[in-house]
Amino acid sequence: MFDKSLKELASSLASKDFSSVELTQAYLDRAKELNTSINAFVTIDEEQSLAQARSADQKIAQGNIQALTGIPIAHKDIWCAKGWMTTCGSKMLQNFKAPYNAHIIDRFNTAGSIIQGKTNMDEFAMGSSNETSFFGHVKNPWDSSRVPGGSSGGSAAAVAARMTPAATGTDTGGSIRQPAALCGISGLKPTYGLVSRYGMIAFASSLDQGGPMARSAEDLAILTEVMVDYDMRDSTSLKRDPVNYSANLETSIAGIKIGLPKEYFSDEVSPDVQKAVASAIGEYKKLGAEIVDVSLPTSPLSVAAYYVIAPAEASSNLSRFDGVRYGHRAKEYKDLNEMYAKTRAEGFGAEVKRRILIGTYVLSHGYYDAYYIKAQKIRRLISQDFAQAFEKCDLILSPTAPGTAFGIGEKASDPVQMYLSDIFTIAANLAGLPAMSIPCGLDDANLPIGLQLIGNYFDEARMLNAAHMYQKATDWHLKQAPLK
Amino acid sequence: MSLEKKDVQRAALLARIEITETEANETFEQLGKVFDLIEQMKIINTDDIAPMAHAQDISTRLRDDVVTEKDRHEEFQEVAPATERGLYLVPKVIE
Amino acid sequence: MEWEIVIGIETHAQLSTESKIFSGASTNFGADPNVNACEVDIALPGVLPVLNKKAVEKAIQFGIATGARVNRQSIFARKNYFYPDLPKGYQISQFENPVVEGGEIKISVDGEEKIIRLTRAHLEEDAGKSLHEDFVGMSGIDLNRAGTPLLEIVSEPDMRSAREAVEYARHLHTLVQWIGVCDGNMQEGNFRCDANVSVRKKGEKEFGTRREIKNLNSFRFLQQAIEFEAQWQIEQIEDGHKIIQATVLFDPDSGETRLMRTKEDAHDYRYFPDPDLLPLNIDEKWFTSVEQAMPELPLAKIERYVKDLGLSAIDAQSMVASKGISDFFESAISQIPESETRKISKLVANWINGDLAAALNKEQVELVDSPVTAKMIGDLAQRIADNTLSSKLAKQVFEGLWNGSGSVDEIIEKEGLKQLSDSSELETFADQVIAANPQQAEDFRGGKEKALNALVGQMMKLTKGKANPAQVNEILRKKLA
Repeated sequence: MFDKSLKELASSLASKDFSSVELTQAYLDRAKELNTSINAFVTIDEEQSLAQARSADQKIAQGNIQALTGIPIAHKDIWCAKGWMTTCGSKMLQNFKAPYNAHIIDRFNTAGSIIQGKTNMDEFAMGSSNETSFFGHVKNPWDSSRVPGGSSGGSAAAVAARMTPAATGTDTGGSIRQPAALCGISGLKPTYGLVSRYGMIAFASSLDQGGPMARSAEDLAILTEVMVDYDMRDSTSLKRDPVNYSANLETSIAGIKIGLPKEYFSDEVSPDVQKAVASAIGEYKKLGAEIVDVSLPTSPLSVAAYYVIAPAEASSNLSRFDGVRYGHRAKEYKDLNEMYAKTRAEGFGAEVKRRILIGTYVLSHGYYDAYYIKAQKIRRLISQDFAQAFEKCDLILSPTAPGTAFGIGEKASDPVQMYLSDIFTIAANLAGLPAMSIPCGLDDANLPIGLQLIGNYFDEARMLNAAHMYQKATDWHLKQAPLK
Repeated sequence: MSLEKKDVQRAALLARIEITETEANETFEQLGKVFDLIEQMKIINTDDIAPMAHAQDISTRLRDDVVTEKDRHEEFQEVAPATERGLYLVPKVIE
Repeated sequence: MEWEIVIGIETHAQLSTESKIFSGASTNFGADPNVNACEVDIALPGVLPVLNKKAVEKAIQFGIATGARVNRQSIFARKNYFYPDLPKGYQISQFENPVVEGGEIKISVDGEEKIIRLTRAHLEEDAGKSLHEDFVGMSGIDLNRAGTPLLEIVSEPDMRSAREAVEYARHLHTLVQWIGVCDGNMQEGNFRCDANVSVRKKGEKEFGTRREIKNLNSFRFLQQAIEFEAQWQIEQIEDGHKIIQATVLFDPDSGETRLMRTKEDAHDYRYFPDPDLLPLNIDEKWFTSVEQAMPELPLAKIERYVKDLGLSAIDAQSMVASKGISDFFESAISQIPESETRKISKLVANWINGDLAAALNKEQVELVDSPVTAKMIGDLAQRIADNTLSSKLAKQVFEGLWNGSGSVDEIIEKEGLKQLSDSSELETFADQVIAANPQQAEDFRGGKEKALNALVGQMMKLTKGKANPAQVNEILRKKLA
């Protein structure tokens, strides 16, 4: 049961090998058991999940079966789900029960899936290690002394530990891809605008994008079909004809041009990662891909530009947490301003506060042009770099992260070192391009290594095709975390 | 243009985040490193480049002028820290 | 020392839409607290704004009506500050690229025309309301108003007196109602002004330091506040003090302005483009369709009233004093056959300006509530034009109309007010008058023109004023020839 793909689960449910209640209960039990050590879930609500499962079983009995009917899916705790605690990993929202559904939650409900629970995450999605969560850090299933990556670390760990069949995440600077890489799973950040942001608690609005996290490209394709949808309530949502992302998974990729950006193959990349990526390149050659050199000359500045743009937007997005309408409010204060200042000082963790202060500063009078406008100009250059690169190739391939999972606490004291773990993922967010990570090896310490594929706008189907063909030829995605 | 401690305190004031002297010192030190990273942006000339605010170069969506929302204030106020007679309560606002 | 007052005005006009500028909640006024505040308005985590098309169209209309430039691309920006009535911690507004730039409002003070230039007009959302009275040590927050669409109209500092400022505000007030972008209700705060006031010595080139008087929601307060503020500033300077840039509030009870905050503790709003909203693009097709749907503007109407209806310039001007008057006038002449409109329009205008205005004024009734309808005025004018009524009889009919005695023809019939125009009947009367006044008849025959007047007077008396004087004149001349 725990080894089945989404397609296999759907067919087992349809042929009544087991019921949705049985499947959901089994995953809930496993999740509860493992959660005491991994801490991947912040909310498990058996009653709500099982109620959904019972209704799914009725639908299955009636033959009313959608893509995910009866299959439990875990959701990053950044998505509002009506009646579910939605904390965003923060004390600020510790007691916030969402009164409405995010668009993607509606989509998953329509597709028939079960909300298996809400997964842990870096507070307000700000972090690359899941150490900033108010609800304790998540442990990497491959090595409990190490981080799972972040910010969608709970989702990544839950999928890697088979605590759930699949999960959702969000990616502002690598928050799907980097934890996917560090936990040895597959994750996709679609083109900006394809997945509605309505009901996703905003971090950096112009960069945030939701996406699926799963065990294989094949599973990602099914989840992407559910998540991608035009939404009238999100002004940045794009109206496109629906794509069947599963249809062309098996298409030969012979002749496909894969670009290697020289800036992403620097000395910063650990030798093990270099080796694994090199062997993945070899695999692609075998599959008939043509490898070309490309350049993304401005990409070394992507982290700098990102740490202006993302905090600037975040500083404003997080102003609504003021203790007035929902969320934490300080107990003692002598006036309104003190109520605000204490509420926000108590409700936000250190990293969130740090980013709010950076954002406030770069937007303030006299600094706006030097920082914010400058960063937006660099963003344009980065985007132009990609446009030029995609004239020469169909996909860009690189390591997802410079190294494998680092130790808990290892980078916690140095924000810049932490920020640099997203050095290869951030550029795709700035440009709004789709990008994914798939497992491509294990390092000396038996820790997973991630391979990043960046596609041109709306080229998710080709990316999934290339990822699937690689996964058919290799078995890295089938390697399991050595759990007790 | 280098960051000063008073900038940190001013930002904290604007952002309505209470910050102690010690915290201001610590934050100042950490932000110093972050701004060293950020200052790398200066190495390239961007004079002729248009700022990019959005990934997609399209115009904003417009909705028709139709009332679609119902009264849900009781439900919304279930999660509010303090309400009375349908109003959100806050410490006295002085104008 | 002669001082000059310099005034610029920022006006917040609430755009009359059904739903809010970024959400589908109702803009109805007067609902119970927070009933019209939806998940977007109260800024729940994760919600997003979507722009109301109608609000944009109203901004475009305003731009066209003031001869401004309607920018084909404009940007929404966030204005960041904390306030309990501002749920997101920022207001969505427009900063660097507003939807409307330039334009002007023509005013006249003491018969002198003056042009007040507009800087810009931009779209933004309103905030909620803080209620202070009912709670000890606490304020209650009602977000019904949060997200209501506003057009902020900013003038250049072109006004030089409180009266000019009031005239500007009145003209603007008339215009926004005229084109239907704002209902102009000042009590409900749907049209409110901030006045930037400074003073300088006459002849000086530089402006003085200004203070901004916030939230003036009546023309009287606007005038009082500016007068007080300007006088206060003059006294300060004459006493050797400097004016410090500040925001002040006007207290209608004391008639004084008081300090709210100085520039030192002013906000740093940290404006930046709202990443949740893409640029607002207005293509030619949309612009043209809005332009074509525009109501005819006052200046165009004046031209048409003079050219097609034969009104004098002064009458034409008075018929566009407000949209209400213009609508009344056009409705009054709408029933009249085209061949007669030129003749009758003039009469209609006279009646609206004359007896109707006087009666409304005397009884303190608004034109919309007038018991004498536009159709009645049109009918009345027609009966005057076709000689059914003399102007004296018409006044009697008007009184009947005001008192609700029926339609024009019903009153004429009921009260026997019809002008006597049957010539055989009149000839009988003429014979009687001539017979009774032989001397006057003789005098007229002898060449004394004036003698006829007396005979006409006798005729009118005999017919109780119902005869047509011109006809009487004619008949008497014939009889005495």
